[in-house]
Order: sequence, then C-alpha cells, then structure tokens
Amino acid sequence: MEQVEIGVVERGELAAKAAEMARSGARLVAVTCTSLTDAFEVTYTFDKEYKPTHLRVMVPRTDATIPSITQSYFCAFAYENELQDLFGMKADGLVLDFKGNFYRKAANSPFAEPPAGPKKAA
Amino acid sequence: MARTIIPFGPQHPVLPEPIHLDLVLEDEKVVEAIPSIGFIHRGLERLAEKKDFQDMVYVAERICGICSAIHGHAYSEGVECLMGVQVPRRAQYLRVFLGELSRIHSHLLWLGLFADSFGFEALFMNAWRLRERILDVVEETTGGRVIFGACKVGGIRRDISADTLKRIIVELKDIEAKCRPITAVFDTDSSVRRRLEGVGVLSAAEAYSLGAVGPVLRGSGVAWDGRKLGYAAYSELEWTPQIEQGGDCWARCKVRVKEIYDSFSLCYQSAEKAPEGPVDVKVTGFPKGEYFARLEQPRGEVVYYLKGNGTKFLERFRVRTPTFANVAPLVKMLQGCNLPDVPVIVLTIDPCISCTER
Amino acid sequence: MAHLKLFGTIFGSTFKKPATRLYPFEKREAFAHTRGMIKFENAKCNSCSLCQLKCPTGAIKVDRMAKTWALDRLKCILCGACVLACNKAALSMVGEYAGLQVDKTVVVEIATGGTATPEKPAA
Repeated sequence: MEQVEIGVVERGELAAKAAEMARSGARLVAVTCTSLTDAFEVTYTFDKEYKPTHLRVMVPRTDATIPSITQSYFCAFAYENELQDLFGMKADGLVLDFKGNFYRKAANSPFAEPPAGPKKAA
Repeated sequence: MARTIIPFGPQHPVLPEPIHLDLVLEDEKVVEAIPSIGFIHRGLERLAEKKDFQDMVYVAERICGICSAIHGHAYSEGVECLMGVQVPRRAQYLRVFLGELSRIHSHLLWLGLFADSFGFEALFMNAWRLRERILDVVEETTGGRVIFGACKVGGIRRDISADTLKRIIVELKDIEAKCRPITAVFDTDSSVRRRLEGVGVLSAAEAYSLGAVGPVLRGSGVAWDGRKLGYAAYSELEWTPQIEQGGDCWARCKVRVKEIYDSFSLCYQSAEKAPEGPVDVKVTGFPKGEYFARLEQPRGEVVYYLKGNGTKFLERFRVRTPTFANVAPLVKMLQGCNLPDVPVIVLTIDPCISCTER
Repeated sequence: MAHLKLFGTIFGSTFKKPATRLYPFEKREAFAHTRGMIKFENAKCNSCSLCQLKCPTGAIKVDRMAKTWALDRLKCILCGACVLACNKAALSMVGEYAGLQVDKTVVVEIATGGTATPEKPAA
C-alpha cells in the first residue's frame, strides 16, 4: 500500500498554516471531513506542481467550530459551506457564508453521525 | 440604480444542469451571482457504509452519466492502491483506452451543448451526430453507451481482443477525419468568435488561486493536467497538456477541441502498446487505511478519498469532483458580464451538477 | 475572420440520407455485448439463490419454499453480476431492450414456465 503522509495541525494554527501554503504557491485541492465517534477529522489537501500536501485537524464534537481559511483561499468558501450544511460544523470568519443554505436539503446535518459499522449477518 | 434579482435555474431551456443562480442585475449587467445547489443530492457517500466495497464500483460509476467511466476507474484505482493490488498491464492500457474514449464523447457532448447555449443549433446536432459513432464503439466493447461498466476492483470486466482493437482504430480514424470540419467552426468561424471572445475572462493567477481545475485552468495558461501524475498507463504514453493564453470562453473552447485530438492520439497509442495478458486479478481481503486518488476527468481533476477499517464496508468514501472546484471561478467570472452571456459562462466550466452533489 | 464555416456541411446534409432512423419501421441491431435485459430460463434454475446474493441493488428475490424467481426491473441496473454468478447458465444478458410491463416485479415460477422480462412484440 502506498503511504499517504498526513501532517497533523492544531485548530489554532490552521489559518497560519493555510497562509503559509498560499505564500508558497500551492493551490487548494480538497477539504475532506470524516465523522468519527467523538470528533470530526477534517483534512485539507494542497497541491504544488503535482505534489500533494495533506494537513489534518481534529475537531471535537462538543465544540464543532473551525477557523476559516477563506482569507488565504477564497475558493474554500464552497468546502466550508459544505462542512456547515452537511456536518453541522461552524466555520469562523467565513467570507461568503450561506448560513446553511448552500445545499438545499430535507434534513439538517445529514452526515453528522458516524457510520454505524457493519451489521452482524442476519 | 435599482438592482433586480433574477433566479436562473434549475429548470431553464438553455441550462443543461440543475444549478440555481440568483443573478443580481443592474440594467443588463450582472453584478454578482449567488449559487445554490442540492437539487439532486443523493447522499451517495453514505451508501459506502452499507454496500460491499466491491459493489460500490457500480455506485461510483453512476455518480454521473457523462464522466462515468473515469469515476469507475478512480474508485477501482483508489481501492487497489489502498489494498496494494497490482493490476495487470493489459488492464491498465485498456482502462486508458476506454477513459480516453469517454473523454472524446464528453467533449463532443460539451461542444454540442456549448453551441446550443449561444444559439447555433446546426453545430450542436452535427457534434452529437459524431458522438453517436463514438458511443457505438463503446457499446460494442463494453455493452453500455454511457455507463460503461468496464472497471472493477482488480482490473476490467471484459477483454477487448486485438482484432477488435484494430477494427476500432480504423473506425476512430474515420471519426477523427469527420471531426475536423466541425471543430474548425469553433476555432475559426466569425459568429462563434464574436460570441465567445472576451467573455468570462480569468487570468492565470486568478484561476490558480481560485482553485480552478481542468480546461478552465488550462485555458488561462496554467499547464496542469492530472494525467501527468502517471496513474494507469499514462506514464508510458506521450502527449503534452494543451494550454491557451486567452483566459476567456473561446480559449477554453479551443483547449477542449485540442484535447479531443490528443485523446484520439492516446487511444491509438494505448491500443498499439497494450501487451498481451490477463485483464484482471483476484482480490481477497478487505481495505484498511486511507488513500487519496487523483485522476483527470474530462472536466478536471477528481479526488477520491477512501478510508477502510478492515471490514468489507468502507468507513469513508468522499469524492471531490472538478465542477465543485470550479464553482468559485464561476462566481468570479459572472461578475460584470452581460445577461445573455450567463449561459455561455455557466457552460464554459462544463458543469456536471450530478457529480458536484453526488 | 472566416464566415459561414459550417455551410458546406449543412448544404451537404440536404442531399445525404437522414441521420435518424425511422423507428419502429427500422430497428437498430444490437451489438453482441449490449446490456439490454436479463433473460431467465426457468428450466435450468436450481434455486441456489447465488444471483440474489450477488445482485448489488437487491433486484432479484428467490423464494425457495414457493419456488419462484422475481426480478424488480426498476432496481435492476443491468450490471450483469447475476449472469456471472449463475452456475447453471440460467441467466443471460440479451441485447434487445425489454418490452413494457405494468407491474414493477414479475414473479416467475421455477420449472413451470414464463419469462421474467417480457419480449418486445415483433413489428
């Protein structure tokens, strides 16, 4: 299996790290969020000249806020609105905030609960 | 001056995809555009928690009808790299062959829809007539016209014999020759140029910092093509990413036209170089770990994030499709344009909203 | 700048035969591998229900007690996994598209007769 290197970043340093990546000329590729039992695992992927860099932030469920990186990467507004709509997180300092209306959906935060895991064979 | 807000979409005669845009207008100029999506959100990412990881390839293919072949390829590639499965060389070459056929069909479809957006119906019909011949080739080899059903975890489902490949190459060469007069219209006709030149300009720096991918990025002069990452058999084939410097709708159109001919060349190369051998390998065990697979779809770079925890269900299946990344450049391009240019600009990013919303 | 570049193609189209086919008078030949519909030959079936296990959407339901085989056509995605799974070659993928049926699911009795997907009426 090819190893994927993921750097872990504290929530407080995320904005500074994003600004550093922007200064170095990387572009934002994707923001992925996984629901775990007691936290959300948010991974930011940047790319510079075909080399990816992954940064991971663990966000506890009790305090589900994340600092926004839209100051350095305006395009992150789409990903952070998706985090707000589907996972029920709150992005602080989001430049273009749809306040939960980016996705038209029937239920609030449909992706927030963690996966149930495999059921025992019936 | 008073501003009016016009809702555009999701049902509109010229809009091929269900995206909703609230256009804020002053007179006939668009001041800003506010996007809203979610009309066909099916929650496919959560389906991975209920379906066997080998059956998920059927779901991944059906995320979108136009880019379906490469979705299936990306999913299979992701799971194979996660589990350390070595796919036979012949399967890699045939995946490239089918992927490039899918790229040709997608670009021909887009050329037709684009011509329709600025009112050139005859060109639309002619482009789609050529596309039918490509779909016939695909149906002959894989069984389906748009949903190929070709890739599976471990290889491809059905082999294409060397004789069939030779016959297909002859057919493709004929289709390529018939393509030339149609694409010449996009490149040189004066009425097409007047509608497209100078519309929706995006400079190279803006395109890069806004996270544009695919022909939107390459039309502004940045040479980034996901196929250069070297997955499948691309590291052994020769081509260069096509770029244009204009940054406007016409430049993006020309990039896609050049990519069609590149794809024909890649099809010929992969059909010639495909070695003999098996086309699939048995897959045992369950995926464990995480992996980011990045491939180049006709619309740009797609990122597949797969996380397995040792059971037969994946823990997380996340797709970041190229149209999602192109929403930010779309919002930027729409500022300051004229109202009749709005469908042209929306189509120039090649929207595929069923991909965006999975 | 070039003008009216498509004129040659359009003018030529006036004299060539139409690009469309006059269906239902002219029918299209299916290719060998076209995924049109699933054909179930009940005489060969031994109710092992492997097809039900392999179906990714759960479109096939085999009832061993009542000896029936049912296909829900609205769930079937024509992937062909059942065709590959069947050991008795009772299932095959046919190139023609299935005809109309009113019920979503058609239940076939194994070993007595009938087809689960109706054939199209001949023109």
